[in-house]
Amino acid sequence: MNWLADFFGDAGHWSGPDGIPVRLLEHLEFSAAAFLVAALIAVPLGMLIGHTGRGALLVVVAANAARALPTLGLLVLVVLLAGVGTVLPVLIPLIVLAVPPILVNTYEGVRGVDADLRDAAYGMGLRGRQVLFRTLTPVALPLILLGLRLAAIQVVSTATVAAFVGLGGLGRFIIDGLATKTYADVIGGAVLVAALALAVQFAFVLLDRVAVSPGVRQVR
Amino acid sequence: MTEEPLVRWDWIARNWANGGPTAISALLENHVVMAFLPVLFGLVVALPLGLACVRWRWLYQPTAALMNVTYSLPSLVLFSIFLSVTGLTRSTVVIPLTFFALAVLIPAVVDGLASVPDPVRQSAVAMGFRPARRLLRVELPVAVPVVLAGLRVATVSSISLVSVGALIGQGGLGNLFIDGWQRQFYTPIVVGIVLIVLLAVLADGLLVLAQRLLTPWSRARRTA
Repeated sequence: MNWLADFFGDAGHWSGPDGIPVRLLEHLEFSAAAFLVAALIAVPLGMLIGHTGRGALLVVVAANAARALPTLGLLVLVVLLAGVGTVLPVLIPLIVLAVPPILVNTYEGVRGVDADLRDAAYGMGLRGRQVLFRTLTPVALPLILLGLRLAAIQVVSTATVAAFVGLGGLGRFIIDGLATKTYADVIGGAVLVAALALAVQFAFVLLDRVAVSPGVRQVR
Repeated sequence: MTEEPLVRWDWIARNWANGGPTAISALLENHVVMAFLPVLFGLVVALPLGLACVRWRWLYQPTAALMNVTYSLPSLVLFSIFLSVTGLTRSTVVIPLTFFALAVLIPAVVDGLASVPDPVRQSAVAMGFRPARRLLRVELPVAVPVVLAGLRVATVSSISLVSVGALIGQGGLGNLFIDGWQRQFYTPIVVGIVLIVLLAVLADGLLVLAQRLLTPWSRARRTA
């Protein structure tokens, strides 16, 4: 607990380019960028695959590969190959690791919609695209949001590890603290990242409450 | 300057078993131990806890919430926090990974037992099975597919997460990533990634095989 007091009590940690506010903003910036790109790729793709049923194998392979791929190895390799120093190479592994959870859950969500419901939508005269957006998407939303939540947490967590290959953000406190054996910084950084991860988790719980139609929630 | 190849086979040959603690085979061995211990501990703890959650339903909500929170914490965060308790030892990696395994396995055990159809349970009661024997001979075997699905997720994640432990010096094959990064040398990194993925695929395959052996009836039904 002394370490926590050392870390958070140090005025130097609250200002300047390596202060907590700046590092937090950096972390949010990288994470949001990677998360948005991943969502823009994976949500439409998952909806398309779930709706048409084509390419389901791709989803299964992506899901298994993502779980087995070691984050740190991927980060180190991509950044070495693409060149150290710029931010873009670090974002690639962040995106690559965020795509599968969104893809899988979006696919499962759309695929898992009750066939009767789908038929009823067609029976009422809706066309393919209308069925997808007006019927399948709202019903699949809880699972799509779950995928987005898992991806967001994955991104925040990977961005922490990415401090090792030179990315800014809250991971810097942990990585630099480990390098200089300043355990107050390691623990302080860990607590900050944990708080951020929990905040993300909480934000998605709220989003779920707001966005999911009450009718859909009742069925679950 | 010639382009550095992605893999230098001679480096692998020289470092596979050089007798030192950084030999690839030694790291592999370390990796296997550190990846499987958490899953084993997790299963041993998750079975009774899962059973308790089924027996006393009110236990499940808080347990699930706690596991959800644990699962959302980045592995590096948990390693860092345990670093102050257990130091630079294997436990600093194994204990947090056990929590991650638990977060997957407890819901798997609970869902598995919930997947036992009521008629099956009632038949067992009607046939004179007492609760303990019914659990061991009927309910747990029927729950095997769901529990093993969770076990597969926990095992594969554990194998890949161990490598993050390299940042605190206990990462098995993950140490190859640090080595490759510091020397700007691709080969160890590629070797590490390939071995970890192979290990995950192998473990996953073994668990699928275990499921086939443990649930012979599912195959009989499919062929019927």
